[in-house]
Amino acid sequence: MSTLELEQVSRWFGNVVAVNDVTMHLGPGVTGLLGPNGAGKSTLINMMAGFLPPSAGTVTLDGRPLQRDPEIYRDLGLVPEREEMYDAVSGWDFVLANARLHKLPDPKAAARRAIATVEMAPAQERDIRTYSKGMKQRIKMATAIVHDPTVLLLDEPFNGMDPRQRLHLMELLHRLGDQGRTILFSSHILEEVEQVAGRIEVMVAGRHAASGDFREIRRLMTQRPHQYTIRSSDDRALASAIIGEASTSGVELVTDPSGVGTVQVQATDFSAFVHALPQLASRHGLRLLEVRPADESLESVFSYLVAR
Amino acid sequence: MNATVATLTRRSLLGRKRTLVLLLLPLALLGLCALARILAGLDAGFEQELDGALAPDLLEAFGIAILMPLLGLIAGTGSIGPEIDEGSIVYLLAKPLNRYSIIVTKLTVALGVVVVFGVLPVAVAGVVLTGEVGTVALAFAVGALSAGVAYSALFLLLAVLTRNAVVIGLIYALIWESLVGGLVPGAQALSVQQWSLAVVERLLGDSAVRLGVESAVGFGTAVVLLVVVTLGATVWAGRRLQTLRLNAET
Repeated sequence: MSTLELEQVSRWFGNVVAVNDVTMHLGPGVTGLLGPNGAGKSTLINMMAGFLPPSAGTVTLDGRPLQRDPEIYRDLGLVPEREEMYDAVSGWDFVLANARLHKLPDPKAAARRAIATVEMAPAQERDIRTYSKGMKQRIKMATAIVHDPTVLLLDEPFNGMDPRQRLHLMELLHRLGDQGRTILFSSHILEEVEQVAGRIEVMVAGRHAASGDFREIRRLMTQRPHQYTIRSSDDRALASAIIGEASTSGVELVTDPSGVGTVQVQATDFSAFVHALPQLASRHGLRLLEVRPADESLESVFSYLVAR
Repeated sequence: MNATVATLTRRSLLGRKRTLVLLLLPLALLGLCALARILAGLDAGFEQELDGALAPDLLEAFGIAILMPLLGLIAGTGSIGPEIDEGSIVYLLAKPLNRYSIIVTKLTVALGVVVVFGVLPVAVAGVVLTGEVGTVALAFAVGALSAGVAYSALFLLLAVLTRNAVVIGLIYALIWESLVGGLVPGAQALSVQQWSLAVVERLLGDSAVRLGVESAVGFGTAVVLLVVVTLGATVWAGRRLQTLRLNAET
């Protein structure tokens, strides 16, 4: 059982603040680190892996500082985001080399076990350069678990995997988490995270935006105000009807540069609004030409969480 | 030293194509020397010249001044630079391994490459040119070795310090050592080439003057500088590796 603790950790590169005052405690089980690209997830993982000193604050593993101490890697496994490995060696040779670098008593048995765990035994004799993305990802995984670490950090492990490989990795993470290991993986896809992680930490623009189990995060994400852009046969009549609805908090008539008018609606309860809109339109004899959520991008979901 | 690190380094340094390219340099040297030998057999005047200053000139100009810095650059930077660039160095760093032992191992592998593709060919070239296993061949082999050690350590450090190690190394070898060193006498004192030449000069003994081998620095100074640069570069590289930053998104 291991605990990774981040206390008021910040990291800046010149004038750019990549991670801003993050406090996080990671215990046994699977934790998902969720956030859009550029949110500081990789910087955070690099600091947790001891490869980047924080500009301020402390990162410790069971009370031990992570910097300048190669011994921590006996307890810590890392799956880096980048794909490059030693391409000219076979999967088996590479995992075995990793076992030897850990100075394990029986490196061959450890390598066999790790490769079996990620189900790469059939392709283990092939050179790494001939592997698909998903196979590389699995060999990376095998190198990270070959020494049976108590802490496992994975940077975007699902990138480039097909659905079957994804499912397999999710099961594996579940299993490793159930064994009492402390596992953290990063992702920018909510659905991915909520299927595996018992706990979710959300990072946005370098800040720790939210923390909790996935239901909480899901609720935060779905109950936020939603923006819709609507075109209709009579925008003004529609706007006045919409503002009468309890599920909305604001309506604006907007004409874009090309002269096309739209109604912009701010809905506070998105499911009630989606149900009410067609009824309201037929009651007033209006035709809806287009209904489009205006801000469904992940970034806007995240930035809502930050602004909260 | 770590055998696993050595194996991984050797396998990424000596891919099939890389080995062929590396072979070109010593083959060019040997070809040139063989040609000189053949010409000497045809022409007595040329043979006289070859027995005089031509052999050391060739070994100095091609062996010490071109082959060794280039091999040192390829092997020194190649033993760690690509791993740092690609990020695969993380597989070595995320291990309970002493950082100095990683550097020393990589330096040893680089040196092995330099010996096989540089020092041995220089020795063989010396034998071919002089027609005997004698002082000239030995002196230049030892000189080449001393240059190879210093160049490897220096360029390995450069690869740990900067991603532009190859360019900077080339500029040092071509501009500083060859051009500036050739024009500005003071610059020669800070040149691996001159230090190793001092080793050659000492080993040639009295015949050094007759053979036209002359270094800009004394033997003692040269040896001290060679040792200091090699050790200093190795220690600095090890220290630097302890705090090497890995940026995932660069």
